[in-house]
Amino acid sequence: MSRITLESKPSDGVRELLRHLLDKGKVSAVLAPRRLDDEGSLDLGFITDRSELDSIDPFAPVMIANTAQVLSMITPSSSKIAVVLKPCELRGFVERVKREQGTLDNILTISCTCGGVFPLQKAVDGITGGMTANYYSDLSSEKIHAEIRETCKACEHFIPINSDVTVSLVGEKDLDENCQIYLNSKSASELLEGLGGEIDKKEYDPAISAGLMKKRLAEKERLFNSVFPGKGGIDAVIEIFGKCVGCHGCSRVCPICYCVSCDFESMNFDSDIAYYEKELSQKGALRLPPDTMLFHIGRMIHMSFSCVGCGLCSDVCPADIPVASVFKRTGDKTASIFDYIPGRDLEEAIPVMVFKEEEFSRFVDE
Amino acid sequence: MDKKYVPRITSFLCKWCSYTGADLAGTSRLQYPTAIIPIKVMCSSRVDPVFILRAFLKGSDGVLLGGCHPGDCHYETGNYHTRRRFAIVKTVFESLGLEAERIRLSWISASEGPKFARVANEFTETIIAMGENPVKKKIFL
Ligand code: SF4
Ligand code: SF4
Ligand code: FES
Repeated sequence: MSRITLESKPSDGVRELLRHLLDKGKVSAVLAPRRLDDEGSLDLGFITDRSELDSIDPFAPVMIANTAQVLSMITPSSSKIAVVLKPCELRGFVERVKREQGTLDNILTISCTCGGVFPLQKAVDGITGGMTANYYSDLSSEKIHAEIRETCKACEHFIPINSDVTVSLVGEKDLDENCQIYLNSKSASELLEGLGGEIDKKEYDPAISAGLMKKRLAEKERLFNSVFPGKGGIDAVIEIFGKCVGCHGCSRVCPICYCVSCDFESMNFDSDIAYYEKELSQKGALRLPPDTMLFHIGRMIHMSFSCVGCGLCSDVCPADIPVASVFKRTGDKTASIFDYIPGRDLEEAIPVMVFKEEEFSRFVDE
Repeated sequence: MDKKYVPRITSFLCKWCSYTGADLAGTSRLQYPTAIIPIKVMCSSRVDPVFILRAFLKGSDGVLLGGCHPGDCHYETGNYHTRRRFAIVKTVFESLGLEAERIRLSWISASEGPKFARVANEFTETIIAMGENPVKKKIFL
């Protein structure tokens, strides 16, 4: 569609863009990461007051909460809202919309080519100027920043899919006074008319970030090959998930796990005392609470094909289990049998909701 | 392996086809192993894929899922969904290095008593060759 070039830092450029939208009454509110203090703590701000805009840090390398989940709370919205979010959050929200957990109507999505985010702990401790400077210089030189989430390092979907507005960060040489804003939809062009800057007809060219893509793909292969000790198997799975304390935090924060009453939180899979007694008599020992493997492998069966690899599940795990790496690794396989990419296309049906009459005969033993 | 070892194969069979097929195998006096432990379900699509996982983790040596042939499901499209879900379970098992050969999906119609007996015998042989499900000895589940 078209591109606007502003002579400013991308974060200033996007604040200017948001100010334009609020001032002209083109949107009623903005949802974006926001600085809370000078120590670098952040939250996800939902603001209508333009004086709050200065605290918005649109591309802060953090994911405080998954915006996909938050969007379900505030849509459908009766008036237009501008949302600044990471590419995986947008894909996560598209997956939620497919599950009728919100709508993209009345939402203007603004995303960026993403260099990844710091683990949650860093956002809590505070992201300081020095950390951001390093992060931005790695963005320019298309390096994988050393301190971002493991799954971010291995993410190949850092170019937003389906965003109305894409701000180019990765591979842009002069991030101090060069803000490239790509308008990908009609509504973006309409809403941003009169923003100023230099306008030309240009679409985002993946060549700008091809160097990072190569590194990410290599890192993905490395990560997937190293998640499991050896070839996997029940012992490896136990080694990884055996530390789980059963808090289910990983599924609570997951943008895909939308079920209000999760099967694994219900009593459906509970066992009675007789079962424990029988198990004890056979094994001589038993781990309590039980069903850790059922929860994790079961969750993979239920949702892994839609996992966007956001990494939030690993971040919140009190037992330091690399949940996201394992889920993304398996999710890549379950999605690929359906040629599915989570969040690629709103019209693309969730694999378990549709079928073809002739398919998958290799899984059936005649 | 002890010749007399009889595995346990939890078998979810849909009422309209596979379960009736198993019945026919019985009334036709066809032999099939006692390893098969049938559970009657209204349709193969009633089986949440997590049931298969649960049976596996609780120590079934094999899990068999039997449904009507494609196009013959009494709820019209149930078994097409079953097939997709089963493909997911198999893929998850394979990705984690779990023994995916211990789970099997077969289409067996109400008139296919002999096929039921063949599938039951074949699958039991496979499982006997693989030996006991190693998860039985794990306490960390
Ligand atoms: S967050 Fe960690 S400890 Fe909690 S349920 Fe998930 S894997 Fe287990
Ligand atoms: S499973 Fe983990 S990495 Fe995947 S979408 Fe859910 S929270 Fe994100
Ligand atoms: S009724 Fe047999 S598979 Fe649906």
